[in-house]
Amino acid sequence: MPVIIEILASLLIVLGGIFALVGSWGLVRLPSLMTRLHGPTKATTLGVGSCLVASVILAPGTQGDWSGHELLITLFLFLTAPVSANMIAKAHLHRQRARLDPRPGDGVEEDLPPTGTAKDWATFWRPEDRSEP
Amino acid sequence: MIQAAIATGFGCLSLAVLLALWRLLRGPSAADRILALDTLTIDAIALIVLFCIAHGSPLYFEAALLLAMVGFVGTVAYCRFLLRGDIVE
Repeated sequence: MPVIIEILASLLIVLGGIFALVGSWGLVRLPSLMTRLHGPTKATTLGVGSCLVASVILAPGTQGDWSGHELLITLFLFLTAPVSANMIAKAHLHRQRARLDPRPGDGVEEDLPPTGTAKDWATFWRPEDRSEP
Repeated sequence: MIQAAIATGFGCLSLAVLLALWRLLRGPSAADRILALDTLTIDAIALIVLFCIAHGSPLYFEAALLLAMVGFVGTVAYCRFLLRGDIVE
């Protein structure tokens, strides 16, 4: 295996581990859920992507051939991470509005700001409200 | 050199799993626990990929791919349950 590929793969693996660690550290340290969403959805996904790229560039040396599985996993993770973050944020907003969950005690505002119009935010619309223009 | 890098990656990812477990146990809200579970799934995928690299075998990539798909479906199902009280309407 060429030395340059080994150096590159080692750097990518270490970088991926550090990014995953930073994401989980943000999950523990940040004050409210809306800020905590940033860590796992961005840093950890990037860390996994880095590990997968290292696997791609190492595959010809260790397994003898290129394989597309890693790129498939990367594509799937990068597609699904924003969707799951959006769903978690939506569930959190609804539960905060219904006062079902404890509020973060450090003054971080969890509710959406006022829209400035007569209509409420679209995520809080009920089906019976849809008839009004 | 690649062995040392893989060991470092395993250490960092194990620490990341422990931190996510702490958030899973601590909460405080239900959405926090869902987020911690999602993070655990992504960390598990990274651990499987590192295991593949360490052993030089492509056998476990199907497991990583399946975990990526099932983890996403699980996260969405948990959120739907919180939003609607029901998963399949």
